[in-house]
Amino acid sequence: MIQLISDYSKLLLTAMGHTLVMALYSLVFASFIGLLFGMLSVLNSKVCKIIARVFVDIIRGVPMIVLAFFVYFGIPYAFKNMLNIRFTFTSLQAGIICLSLNCGAYMAEIIRAGIQSVDKGQMEAARSLGMPYWRSMKKVVLPQAIRTMIPSIINQFIITLKDTSILSVIGFPELVNTAKSVISVTHQSFQIWIIVGFMYLVIITLLSRLAKRLERRLNRSSGEQK
Amino acid sequence: MENKNNIKVHVSHLKKNFGHLEVIKDISTDVYEGEVVVILGPSGSGKSTFLRCLNRLEESTSGEIIVDGNKINDKKADINKIRENIGMVFQHFNLFNNLNVIENLTLAPTQLKKLSKEKAVEEAMHMLKKVGLEEKAYAFPAQLSGGQKQRVAIARSLCMHPDIMLFDEPTSALDPEMVGEVLQVMRDLAADGMTMLIVSHEIGFAREVADRVIFIDNGYIIEEGTPQEVIMNPKEPRAIDFFNKVL
Repeated sequence: MIQLISDYSKLLLTAMGHTLVMALYSLVFASFIGLLFGMLSVLNSKVCKIIARVFVDIIRGVPMIVLAFFVYFGIPYAFKNMLNIRFTFTSLQAGIICLSLNCGAYMAEIIRAGIQSVDKGQMEAARSLGMPYWRSMKKVVLPQAIRTMIPSIINQFIITLKDTSILSVIGFPELVNTAKSVISVTHQSFQIWIIVGFMYLVIITLLSRLAKRLERRLNRSSGEQK
Repeated sequence: MENKNNIKVHVSHLKKNFGHLEVIKDISTDVYEGEVVVILGPSGSGKSTFLRCLNRLEESTSGEIIVDGNKINDKKADINKIRENIGMVFQHFNLFNNLNVIENLTLAPTQLKKLSKEKAVEEAMHMLKKVGLEEKAYAFPAQLSGGQKQRVAIARSLCMHPDIMLFDEPTSALDPEMVGEVLQVMRDLAADGMTMLIVSHEIGFAREVADRVIFIDNGYIIEEGTPQEVIMNPKEPRAIDFFNKVL
């Protein structure tokens, strides 16, 4: 095992880095996607609500592995056949697109629920003073909504980090894919999967500790109520 | 006290439906500057909806509402600007839970009137003094009693210097011993000459403070007049029945 770690640590750490890079990009994009569709679903407009609903339903209703194959193989194929345009995604690009859409849909639901959990009277009071809708949202509703959203958002981020492993199917050299290659050379599947599992465990535990600390700080700075 | 020449709120043939439910069927009335109007009626009669139509928290179905010369339900009206001039106090206070008392009071003035922070705080402290809560300036809403919250809510509205104040059952969510302190603040406001429309169940307060009482039932005004006329000598059977039960 020690021999194995010293032989392959560099390779596995690089793969861990790839996993983190993919997760990080995806989380940033997912936050924007989530904010966009979350906002659309609380707006007082049927069209906006339907757009948000359809997006969330489609992404949630399709397994990510299917989405990954569709983006990585399906879309370039369609462009080549129908438009005669040749292009391919790198596995990193396709992976980021999939994870961003997937995490974004769940984020949209978290943001929608968070905003709707704030008492309607808060918005009414702000509007009755003459504050415009978006300013009331920003100054009164969102600060209260975010506090209730934070635990779910952290949870979703952790799930997304773990979901990078699904993207091994399109050949991105993240941790799981790299582990498979190592096993094909060393045939030590038991030891390698223990090492890989341990690496995920360490990273995610560190991240959730960090997130907890952030959550506490946000709660403190927004007053000692409740 | 009121100036008959100066109509502050003009409502004619107001109608409001929620889907198929007709909540307000046909209401017309005028409110003059400095007048205190208390709106009474059984629950579900449409009194709160009527009040909420006046600052367009509810979109009216038809009819005309003119507040301070502004057509409220005109699509082109700058409703935010108009609302700056119409204070509203809610049954459940609706203080901003993420902000402390002084921030609650200064948010709208600094955002909308471009008041400097210092000037807004100074004014907010003055308003807090008026409602007797200057020592609570840095408390958060969750640390206040119901009566204190409602007094802060009134002070928050006053910080925008409105011409008209709407009160939507301001004491209905309060413990009995806290009702008095809120009514006292409202009494002071009335004495200062504020134009007030109050939806309330406080009959005693209506008798004492109201210039005029409106009794609404089933979407119509069925009695209107001085407290003496409406509360002590109602003519309509539904109003007689109501006051028999509550007095």
